[in-house]
Amino acid sequence: MTAQEIYDNLKAKFGDAVGEARLDALQPWIAISETRTREICQFLRDEPAFAFDYLSCLSGVDYADGKLGVVYHLFSMIHRHKIVLRTMCTREHPHIQSVSAVWGTANWHEREAYDMFGIVFDEHPDLRRILCGDDYPGYPLRKDFKVPEFYNGMKVPY
Amino acid sequence: MGILNYKFESSNILITSLDGLLNWARLSSLWQMQFGLACCAIEMMAASASNFDIMRFGVIPRATPRQCDVMIVSGTVTLKMATRIKRLFDQMPEPRYVISMGSCSNCGGPYWEHGYHVLKGVDRVIPVDVYVPGCPPRPEALLEGIIKLQEKVRKESLVKKLVPSA
Amino acid sequence: MKESRTLPTDYVSSPERTSSGRTLRTDEMILNMGPQHPSTHGVLRLELVVDGEIIVDVIPHIGYLHRCFEKHAEHMTNYQQVIPYADRMDYLSSMCNDWAYALAVEKLLKLEIPERVQYIRLIMAELQRIASHLIAVGTYAIDMGAFTPFLWCFRDRERILDLFEMTCGARLLYNYIWVGGVSHDLPPRFVEKAKDFCRDFRKTLKEVHDVLTYNEIFIKRTANVGVLPKDVAINYACSGPMLRGSGVDWDLRRDDPYGIYDRFEWAVQIGKGEAGTVGDCWDRYMVRMREMEESTKLIEQAVASIPEGNVQSAIPKRIRPEAGEVYVRSESPRGELGFYVISDGTASPYRVKARAPAFVNLSVLPEISRGAMVADLVAIAGSVDIVLGEVDR
Repeated sequence: MTAQEIYDNLKAKFGDAVGEARLDALQPWIAISETRTREICQFLRDEPAFAFDYLSCLSGVDYADGKLGVVYHLFSMIHRHKIVLRTMCTREHPHIQSVSAVWGTANWHEREAYDMFGIVFDEHPDLRRILCGDDYPGYPLRKDFKVPEFYNGMKVPY
Repeated sequence: MGILNYKFESSNILITSLDGLLNWARLSSLWQMQFGLACCAIEMMAASASNFDIMRFGVIPRATPRQCDVMIVSGTVTLKMATRIKRLFDQMPEPRYVISMGSCSNCGGPYWEHGYHVLKGVDRVIPVDVYVPGCPPRPEALLEGIIKLQEKVRKESLVKKLVPSA
Repeated sequence: MKESRTLPTDYVSSPERTSSGRTLRTDEMILNMGPQHPSTHGVLRLELVVDGEIIVDVIPHIGYLHRCFEKHAEHMTNYQQVIPYADRMDYLSSMCNDWAYALAVEKLLKLEIPERVQYIRLIMAELQRIASHLIAVGTYAIDMGAFTPFLWCFRDRERILDLFEMTCGARLLYNYIWVGGVSHDLPPRFVEKAKDFCRDFRKTLKEVHDVLTYNEIFIKRTANVGVLPKDVAINYACSGPMLRGSGVDWDLRRDDPYGIYDRFEWAVQIGKGEAGTVGDCWDRYMVRMREMEESTKLIEQAVASIPEGNVQSAIPKRIRPEAGEVYVRSESPRGELGFYVISDGTASPYRVKARAPAFVNLSVLPEISRGAMVADLVAIAGSVDIVLGEVDR
């Protein structure tokens, strides 16, 4: 299926939850709503024409306009087609619906996005920090992150 | 056997000081804590394999800190790991030594500038005896670090530590 | 700390009885396989919930080697400067890391890579694959208690490191494959030495097979242990030998092509359940052993037909891709290594996300170890073949 067909099908089924798309980019992407990601991803996985059973990568991004976002790279082992989904949230209300019920691999990827960016994934079974310590102050990969001077008595900067 | 060569003048009698004997025994069997953090650990494993063979210096890897003399901190020490390293160091019985292997545990290495989770040098949490530079150091460099540690041990005086008036 | 585990619904207390007929009450225990452990292959902490010797749950804790790769990538003044940091992520397969990142940036720049560079990259990546699998197999054997294959594997790996050292001066972390080319051309006697290595390596492989593969103790410890079903593997996005060991015929070198792999004769190895069940630890081990043979074939074919050329002609003087983003994946010895690079039009990357195969493969560990014994967990964790530098980045 081409990216245009995927976009048309999604738009027909989900209407407003599917936002703009950039289908002429190097890797075409489709924006989706942050409150209905699980529903859309479940449809993309279970519908036989799409069969996106492989979540290659889930990355958090801190966009230049101050918003936080998550990018999903999906792949279908059966049909060998790919698509990129994108969802955004604000810094004041950083909530995105979790897709860990759809793909088991999203569990750890979302924990990492929470750890690095502070994006809270609703309905995630176990949202804890995964890479930094549990009591680490701040969200490191945000562009406005300041390195703490001391952590547990140890000096952090050089 | 290198240290004992040509020391026997007459029928198996060797004259040395107590310090000399104890130090020789300790430096010839520096048991190492089997503890590798990152890339330098692979060079440490290569040093224990047959091409470079660290065991001919008496260095045997032991899994538990209670039976070790030397801890070779090989690799980047992160803030999360630093508390555990301190605890492992505390669990080692004295006399204990630390070799900091590689640029990351010497001073933070390539992560010194923007590493928000990297401890810039393991000597911020434990005292280090020998620093081995490199990223990663060749196994021969680690062997030289062991030899330097052996030189340090040879010059120590356990007797003076235990009996201050001696 | 949030309590996140629940008891399995079929939990029963032990059926043991004393001689007077009374049943014993048993309870679960939390056992910590801490960050310092000889068998966890690095600083991995496994929190085991055990009922006697049987594992009820495994909770991996990672992050003990989190070295802020992505933050460093954002602050570098040049796209080429990220390559040494990419090396250090999966330090057992640095060439493959470099190549994966270079592929991503080259796709953003739409660069054309010269033929000689493609051949060199393939030869280096396959040599690196053999070196990485040798460590995987050697350390796996030593975890099972067999010390000799470890020494044989490291001895042969030293020959590969000699080849790398001849070319770029480094033994472990090379900074060799740059965006647009490679940093040094092959030295004069490289091809001859590579051919000698391939010829001698087949003997070592045979020796390791004789000692380990059909050894009864090894089979008892690895066959039918840690079975990973196909659908679970795909749902958890496993890749590499983890996925192929479960019988899925999927290899990115053939199925999502990059480089010049399609010009040579080689086969994708999958697990067939010869010693036990499809998808057990023995299958994954066997896939790695067979992949080493295939890599040897690839190297021999590539060095026989390598063309002449200038390896640095396509390296751009200034890398300033136009604003955009790309996700490119390649087959590292551990699986699908992907780099998601976002460029904002300046000389340094806006965001680089490394999709590490070991991170994703490790997340399936709790699913495949429930019901195994503690000693089996060592076999399972070894067969996942993790490298903590990549898991934690």
